[in-house]
Amino acid sequence: MKRWMKYFFGSGELFIWSCGAGLSLSLLMIGGLLVLILLNGFGYFWPADLVELTLKDGKHVIGQLAGEEVGPKGIPRIRMKIGNRDLYGLDYRWINTDQIIEQARPSDLVLVERREWGNFYGRLQTLVKEDQVVAEGPDAVWQALPVLLRDARSSEGESPYRVLAVDANGKEKSISFGQIMRVFRPNGLSVLEKTWVYVGNVWTVLTTEPREANTEGGIFPAIFGTVMMVIIMSVVVTPFGVIGALYLREYARQGIIVRMVRIAVNNLAGVPSIVFGVFGLGFFVYGLGGSIDALWFSDRLPTPTFGTGGILWASLTLALLTVPVVIVATEEGLAAVPREYREGSIGLGATKWETIWQVVLPAALPGILTGLILAMARAAGEVAPLMLTGVVKLAPAMPIDGTWPFLHLDRKFMHLGFHIYDVGFQSPNVEAAKPMVYVTTLVLILVVVALNLTGILLRNRMRKKYAGSAV
Amino acid sequence: MLDRQFRTMTGSLPLIMPSLMTMQGDEKGYSAAPHHDSAPAKSKLLVQSFSFFYGPTQALFKIDVDIPEHQVTAFIGPSGCGKSTLLRCMNRLNDLIEGARHEGDILLDNQDIFSPAIDITHLRKRVGMVFQKSNPFPKSIYENVAYGPRLQGIKQRTVLDGIVEHSLQGAGLWEEVKDRLHKSALGLSGGQQQRLCIARALAVKPDVLLMDEPCSALDPIATGRIEELLFTLKKELTIVIVTHNMQQAARVSDWTAFMYMGQLVEFGLTKQLFTAPTQKQTEDYITGRFG
Repeated sequence: MKRWMKYFFGSGELFIWSCGAGLSLSLLMIGGLLVLILLNGFGYFWPADLVELTLKDGKHVIGQLAGEEVGPKGIPRIRMKIGNRDLYGLDYRWINTDQIIEQARPSDLVLVERREWGNFYGRLQTLVKEDQVVAEGPDAVWQALPVLLRDARSSEGESPYRVLAVDANGKEKSISFGQIMRVFRPNGLSVLEKTWVYVGNVWTVLTTEPREANTEGGIFPAIFGTVMMVIIMSVVVTPFGVIGALYLREYARQGIIVRMVRIAVNNLAGVPSIVFGVFGLGFFVYGLGGSIDALWFSDRLPTPTFGTGGILWASLTLALLTVPVVIVATEEGLAAVPREYREGSIGLGATKWETIWQVVLPAALPGILTGLILAMARAAGEVAPLMLTGVVKLAPAMPIDGTWPFLHLDRKFMHLGFHIYDVGFQSPNVEAAKPMVYVTTLVLILVVVALNLTGILLRNRMRKKYAGSAV
Repeated sequence: MLDRQFRTMTGSLPLIMPSLMTMQGDEKGYSAAPHHDSAPAKSKLLVQSFSFFYGPTQALFKIDVDIPEHQVTAFIGPSGCGKSTLLRCMNRLNDLIEGARHEGDILLDNQDIFSPAIDITHLRKRVGMVFQKSNPFPKSIYENVAYGPRLQGIKQRTVLDGIVEHSLQGAGLWEEVKDRLHKSALGLSGGQQQRLCIARALAVKPDVLLMDEPCSALDPIATGRIEELLFTLKKELTIVIVTHNMQQAARVSDWTAFMYMGQLVEFGLTKQLFTAPTQKQTEDYITGRFG
């Protein structure tokens, strides 16, 4: 026993095992996080069946199942998304299973996606055109609807049609055509048709603007804002970081001052991001932006043009935040360029600058791109500094549009990270917004992955081109 | 301990001796190297009581060498004897090293290369360099050779094409790479890379080519090709070669300098130095008794 213990601790076996355990634990946590987000995020788009419950008190409930658990008194209960926010005021409801007499999935149940008040769940009853009944009965209305809806959408002006529908307990609700986004009967759909709806839902979220205080609709402006901000940041941070690193590594006299500068740069990467936000607000927004307004946009004052948060200031703030990463990676890339390259170039009569520009920098490019990839990953996920420098929960206009000068760097913008915070915690209907939080998180992760992949592909191409160089 | 060391040294003696024997015994076999019994050629590089310091450490002690034009001069000596340092001083590559300084002069065509009037980039164009480790840039073969001419401001494609072809032919590489000029130079073999570096140096049309152990990382066949190249190149240029390999020095050079501990021990015609060295140290070294 003792010899075994001695072997276990003495040979380092213990450390191998604990390292392995630590790694597995980390992987498990990351995997769990991803699975949670993926399941919830992708699940949101799936058109679940509508269920009609008959309760003991004789009432009916129509909705989509959204989970079950054991309630406070040990009674199992299910959670239903009941929609019809205008009628009930709630989106979700708990129902104890012992209250349920019957559970059915009738095929005539419809799901009406509306511009306001969320989904309507119930049955179609009458189709009315200016108080004249056009069709009556669930099936007749359902058959007449698609064509009329398409016509109403393509024609100008308000459609004269409206639909009378009833909820689970026969309460009537009138929905005008202008309100309707989409109508479908989930219970009657085959898997293929559901997949089609699913794809349509994904497309809607990715390409449309948000509705209902961001809890419904799409997140396109947020995706666009995030990507654009990261791109502007990259364009700014790369030259600055590379020039800084070049000076530190190639030109500055290596001594105590350069060492201190290097330590300071490294520490800059550790400063809390909100501090950068405060700096950005003070320096860029009020300082620079205020001066620009006073100089060139004084006719618009006191309404600020650049003297308020905007995508340019947010990007510059993030560039400041990520410049240490680029400097450190570039310096390492430069240090890894073999001395033989420099000597070979200088031996051919090149000056130092020619050598750096023609030989050293190209060879260090993969290292520089590594820095940029790290910077982009960090910048895409930052929220705190943006809140002070230009992000808003709902931007009225995009930073790029068709009006002169097309690129509006002074405009406020939406950002996926801030969108998550806003939808999840600032929304009037947190419960209804929960799926949106997962969806937005998923999209944010995908955007970061896509940006990184682009960078990595670019770097690999460079590496191939300059095969043999280090880093 | 000492005894053992001595034995390993003497043990390596037979490896070198046979080649020396043939050189001594068979004049015909040695005639592959050109004859230079006539009066010494015109001086190209003149090193005059040259000393060099890396900070407080002195690396070279009052070296005097007269390197003749259109000949191959070899520097031999044990590691750390200063031969590479001297070579790198000849195109002032050691200027890059912080804290380095020199005393004495090196004259290129009777002009002091350290004088402030000298344009250092011009000097390096006139005195090309090939390094121990082949160091093609991570660019295409064409771009590697065109690098020097481009620095001189040559932009015309036709002119560049001509220089590239001529230089690659000069380095005996043209036939092997003419179909892949725009492929990466790093895809070449070690020997090809080294010849590419020679071509790259030739492209700026230097007067002098400095070679710092150019074959130390190459196999015998690649080494042989480069050695052959030296015979053709010296018609155009003056070549200074540093080598660890005494047989190589004996094969390719017209003149040989033996250096030891930063001092120049002996300098003379290769034939003389290898057959009848005047200094005891030289004899010990070339017979493999030390070093």
